[in-house]
Amino acid sequence: MDLTFVDAILTKHNRDTRSLLAIMQDIQEEVRYLPKEAVQHLSKELSIPLSRIYAMATFYNSFHLEPRGKYTCTVCMGTACHVAGAPRLVEQLERDLKIDSGKTTPDLMFSIEEVNCVGACALAPLLIVNGEYNSNMTSDAVSRKIKKLKKEEGGA
Amino acid sequence: MTKFTSVEALHSHREALLATKKDENKKTVSVCAGTGCKAVGADLVVEAFKAEFAKNGLENAVHLKATGCLGLCEKGTLVMMPADQTVYHSITPKKVPTIVEQALVQDGRADDFLFTDPETGAKQPTMNDIPFYASQKRLLLDKNTLIDPICLDDYISVGGYKGLAKAIEIGPDKVIDEMKKATLRGRGGGGFPAGRKWETCRNAPSDKRYVICNADEGDPGAFMDASLLEGQPHSVIEGMIIGAYTIGSDEGYVYVRHEYPLAVERLTKALEQVRASGLLGENILGTGFNFDIKINKGGGAFVCGESTALMASIEGRVGEPRAKHIHTVVAGLNDKPTNLNNVETWATVPLIVERGADWFTQMGTKGSPGTKIFSLVGKVNNTGLVEAEMGATLRQIIFDMGGGIRGGRPFKAVQTGGPSGGCLPADKLDVPVDFDTLWNEGSMMGSGGMVAMDDQTCMVDVARYFLDFLKFESCGKCTTCREGIRRLHQLVSDVAEGRATEETLDLIETLAETVEKGSLCALGTSAVNPVLSTLKYFREEYLAHVRDKKCPAGVCKELITYHINENCTGCLICKRRCPEQCIAGENKKIHVIDTSKCTKCGICKDVCKFDAVEIY
Repeated sequence: MDLTFVDAILTKHNRDTRSLLAIMQDIQEEVRYLPKEAVQHLSKELSIPLSRIYAMATFYNSFHLEPRGKYTCTVCMGTACHVAGAPRLVEQLERDLKIDSGKTTPDLMFSIEEVNCVGACALAPLLIVNGEYNSNMTSDAVSRKIKKLKKEEGGA
Repeated sequence: MTKFTSVEALHSHREALLATKKDENKKTVSVCAGTGCKAVGADLVVEAFKAEFAKNGLENAVHLKATGCLGLCEKGTLVMMPADQTVYHSITPKKVPTIVEQALVQDGRADDFLFTDPETGAKQPTMNDIPFYASQKRLLLDKNTLIDPICLDDYISVGGYKGLAKAIEIGPDKVIDEMKKATLRGRGGGGFPAGRKWETCRNAPSDKRYVICNADEGDPGAFMDASLLEGQPHSVIEGMIIGAYTIGSDEGYVYVRHEYPLAVERLTKALEQVRASGLLGENILGTGFNFDIKINKGGGAFVCGESTALMASIEGRVGEPRAKHIHTVVAGLNDKPTNLNNVETWATVPLIVERGADWFTQMGTKGSPGTKIFSLVGKVNNTGLVEAEMGATLRQIIFDMGGGIRGGRPFKAVQTGGPSGGCLPADKLDVPVDFDTLWNEGSMMGSGGMVAMDDQTCMVDVARYFLDFLKFESCGKCTTCREGIRRLHQLVSDVAEGRATEETLDLIETLAETVEKGSLCALGTSAVNPVLSTLKYFREEYLAHVRDKKCPAGVCKELITYHINENCTGCLICKRRCPEQCIAGENKKIHVIDTSKCTKCGICKDVCKFDAVEIY
């Protein structure tokens, strides 16, 4: 893995360990997860133990240690979305994609994620696919959305 | 961009702006570009207006503004004419030509897109006619309707940075006096008076002090802070500069959730503008005062909304809270005195400094002066952001501003204060909303999230939802919080899934007391509020789950069954869609669900057009 992008990020943050969270966020922004090689490189370059980076990566919900799918299907689990039936959307995604929430399909096409609240409660329940907001969703609409995406990708 | 080297230069710039902008509002169209409206296509509406202006030769005659959240997210995209405050709702690009033709070319109103009274059918053209707006006190939110969030001149022309100028004029001591007199209580939920916090921080001996804006708005169902940062980032920045000037700080941070990309984007742009215009950076307004602000993005950990955890996170560590024997105003970030306030608190500061404590304390109640922004969500008609005077009743907020419960269903409860708050029943609707009253009723103000619930919401499920949330978000430092919330969640799940006995309820109460007493930070100590308040006010519903093994609201999966009633026309849709293939039936004959195979996914109910699927 070419790690020059990690070096560029380190330079941007003046190799300051106090910016560790931001550095890790920038790495994830680049490749959508924290690759093992990048994390090891980070540990060496900043002279901080791997365990500390691992602690950060597992404490903060936004980090992923495994590659993400091309489409990230995020279900908002805020209170408004919950009372409007958000858990059923997650179940539907799990059924349609045959993976558990938080996981990625083996073909690296879809990931299911849950987020606490994105503050768009008028649209509840909400499914976000790669930043695109789908409002007032139902289980059925979720299925149709996934079917459409799969079709676009030429799969079954 | 003009660089202001003195307070006078800022004032004369404002006067020049006002002279040229005087007529601008007469021909301005504001399109809401908050998160809610953007999600339903506000950007396309803006483009449609541009195209339509070009077609009608209006490019130079009409100003188009993409503003912050206009509040009524339910009816997005919202379009407003600031000249007379006419509001159009549910605007799509297709409707734009009509608005341009009727409202701008013919100088009238596009009647078809105005609000209407649901009962009389009468049109409600302006903000003053629409009950949602008319019953509010929009001290802060009003600015959202007037300015382009990332236009510094817009902010200056509505009086922006006047507070800073006044602070410089009267000096730090007087600013502290005013702030203390105003008793502005922390809008993040703590309710601690900001003036006293500032004073302690200023008096703490140190060569370095920090100010922090807590924009880690983690309560699910709350988006007040996001809307302020998106709609008027300069209000927050101005508040922070005043705070830093008063306290004697040269370094500030905004810790904002990464889930709010739009807020981060607008804040970043606003910071660039103030730096370029001499309002931030070195030698601010020629006074010799230096101060700069950095943005830190959160990592998606709820506990980082707690001040000590937030500071640990800025220091590049895991966000675990610490005991506050020594307050953060004495030893906070990097062990230096640190003053942390929430977004809404900071945004209110410039108004208080500019207009004085006496003006501020006229509003609200004695113990909680001013206004508070609530995000009103759940089963109400008008989902959105409302700003109410402190002391307004829950009924005023939910029924006058919120337009009552959706579909005319009965009101059951309102959840305030997020995962730290509680649920109040219908007989508490006339309780005035302020920090102390809500606390005494077993709930809390919190940061201002308000979730209305109807008879189809199960209170046991709500308690379970918050415990599940907190179980996951507990940082794990205190055993009572880490293990206690987990066990509480199991016990409430036992209730929801029909395994509990009446003793379970007693056990829940006993354990809740332990969690409350044994945890360090507010996450743990207040984690028990949702379960205790629902047990207190909705015990009958718990008992129905325990004794009768029934969920009266029809939510708890283990205790409900789906049935098809005689409304069924035999259209076969549910049969085709059922993922478990457990619906039997023929064309034009009533279908039947095989309840032994049904996984209660609810798809049949979603797809049925005849209201034939019932839950028992």
